[in-house]
Amino acid sequence: MTMTDAAPTGPSTATDGSAPLLDVRDLQMYFPVKSSGLIRRTVGHVQAVDGISFQIESGGSLGLVGESGCGKSTTGRLVTRLYKPTDGSIHFEGRDIAGLGPRQLKPLRRDIQMIFQDPYGSLNPRHTVGRIIGTPLEIHDVVPKKQVLPRVQELLEIVGLNPEHYNRYPHEFSGGQRQRIGIARALTLQPKLLVADEPVSALDVSIQAQVINLLQDIQREFNIGFLFVAHDLAVVRHFCPEIAVMYLGKIVEIGERDAIYQHANHPYTQALLSAAPDVKQAAIGGRRERIQLQGDVPSPINPPSGCRFRTRCSYAQDICAAVEPPLLQIGRRHKVACHFAGEIGHHPAEPVTAPLLGVDRHGDRVPGTDPTPGLGTDSGYSDTWYDFPGRRMVRDESA
Amino acid sequence: MDNFLSVRDLRVHFPTPDGVVKATDGLSYDLARGKTLGIVGESGSGKSVSSSAILGLHRGTNAQVSGEILLDGTNLLTITDEEMRQRRGKEVAMIFQDPLSAMHPYYTVGNQIAEAYRVHHDVNKKAARTRVVEMLELVGIPQPDRRVDDYPHQFSGGMRQRAMIAMALINDPSLVIADEPTTALDVTVQAQILDLLQKLQREFNTGIIIITHDLGVVAEMADDVLVMYAGKAVEYGPTKELLTHPEMPYTWGLLSSVPDLTADVDEKLVPIPGTPPSLLSPPKGCAFHPRCRYKDQVAGDLCVTQQPDLTPGSRGPGHLKRCHLTDPTVPNEEEVARS
Repeated sequence: MTMTDAAPTGPSTATDGSAPLLDVRDLQMYFPVKSSGLIRRTVGHVQAVDGISFQIESGGSLGLVGESGCGKSTTGRLVTRLYKPTDGSIHFEGRDIAGLGPRQLKPLRRDIQMIFQDPYGSLNPRHTVGRIIGTPLEIHDVVPKKQVLPRVQELLEIVGLNPEHYNRYPHEFSGGQRQRIGIARALTLQPKLLVADEPVSALDVSIQAQVINLLQDIQREFNIGFLFVAHDLAVVRHFCPEIAVMYLGKIVEIGERDAIYQHANHPYTQALLSAAPDVKQAAIGGRRERIQLQGDVPSPINPPSGCRFRTRCSYAQDICAAVEPPLLQIGRRHKVACHFAGEIGHHPAEPVTAPLLGVDRHGDRVPGTDPTPGLGTDSGYSDTWYDFPGRRMVRDESA
Repeated sequence: MDNFLSVRDLRVHFPTPDGVVKATDGLSYDLARGKTLGIVGESGSGKSVSSSAILGLHRGTNAQVSGEILLDGTNLLTITDEEMRQRRGKEVAMIFQDPLSAMHPYYTVGNQIAEAYRVHHDVNKKAARTRVVEMLELVGIPQPDRRVDDYPHQFSGGMRQRAMIAMALINDPSLVIADEPTTALDVTVQAQILDLLQKLQREFNTGIIIITHDLGVVAEMADDVLVMYAGKAVEYGPTKELLTHPEMPYTWGLLSSVPDLTADVDEKLVPIPGTPPSLLSPPKGCAFHPRCRYKDQVAGDLCVTQQPDLTPGSRGPGHLKRCHLTDPTVPNEEEVARS
């Protein structure tokens, strides 16, 4: 690594030089809140997702973690275009799908599929398994009618169910088997991207592992990109080489597995990790020091100014209320949005972001300095980044 | 040890048109004051049913309950309904999984907690309210004198669970049964609630039975663990010993099928094959044998024909296991999976 003066605004470069499968930029989803009464005026917005950017490479998987209400499921539904985003772009294979209408979306549905959390609620109880899995083939007219059944049986076999059970109904299957049916349905059209929204959290412990292993096998065999939405940190760590941590509609930290789990820089990520009960840890020698978060997540209708986590953060200072911290790249594949980013015990006393933002330590504008333009809006990783301990830009020579 | 709760050979059977469902079949355990017992198992293993028997919640249903539940020397299964009613909420209290459906949406949180208090204490409304505010403060609800008049829907999930805990503890019970108390909560809130339970336990010297499927929660909370499968205890012992040196294939399976925060991610999870059995017709012999990878290591077809007894394990006193295997060390799961 060498030091350079390059501004941190260079164009996004995917590591292997090719375009990513999915490139999400500045994605925003505001749900209107209506007043009660005859004239239902819009009185506010639930800012469910507020300007997030990330990329997923072909065959890669990104895990989205966070507490309930942080916008992780909404993100999944935006990517599958079950919702139309308020703002921002979703580039799938280089094409922006954020604004497409229903007709234009139809061919796209083949490429992006979803696995739902609840294996009981997401299968029509009045349809046979064969019909549930086979309908997408008919809608998209993929194979001649005669070949639908063989294809359904093939899919049942892939997900580990008996191919002869195609004429059974969902209630004849257990929870784990139903989730397998949901997976088979998602695989029917050979998608390139699968959005899995809490795919195992409704299942029993012994069954969870079966489904996780199945998803991993499928990913390897068919080279499918995954957006894996879950709240279980251990499951996400096991499944995803890259993880994004969300809080109140924002990505607060994103990076490679080790960057997040071993070198977390955001106080929220650190608190989240310390709160997760760990069997092995607890069984051998008591438990880890827990970072207690006070209170509850604030309302997304009226989120705190500046950094949204500041109301529960023990490091928060004046600047956190005044200026929103940008999502800055601080390692080869590691970004964090915090004025006082640092590993546990190494949080700096002065806001590290202040010089980049052209503000002083209280968040007031310093005359004569300008904030670095375009800070933190990049969806990918650059080969130069800001080294917080060294307070300067560094370049990755290996790239 | 001062075991104030002793459950002996508890059986809860439900006759149905299809046959008898043996939801709990011969369960025994002890609990000392101020200690925590964790009951682990999959859905349908009988963990909740056995605990609701302690509260007498099967009275008036068609359930057939037998055995003994001794609380401070009184058998809760033989006392009258009125005597049970006097104990319920006062000596034994319950914290439910889903506080939104466990609380009545039409009454304020304060009213509901006060009701639990006034049933057992002859006090006026004002005194009860003072006590409720005190309890809400104790469980960490901000501005308790104002929030006491809120309705359940005005509370967040974590606060509702705190209010449930306040309701359970307001009569200072000697035993609290917490049925999946944190399953519906986020990890950070879960951490708060578990810490709160432990703090209150130390303060009131309460015995806690925590029912959960989350081994991490058990590892942090419980002094003893009882692993249940198909209505029976399959392993029982001190938490630390049981989670580090389990001696029953089902416990091995549970531990190897959950990823943890330090494991090698390239290593595949080793799931337990198959699905939990139907309690209408549990498998003959060991109920776990259809899913067990180690039954070949037992001579003959013992696992298939003969139900193993709960016998002492090798991890010291109080460690019991239900398994025919003679070598109690964990075999290399990978090798077994490959073979």
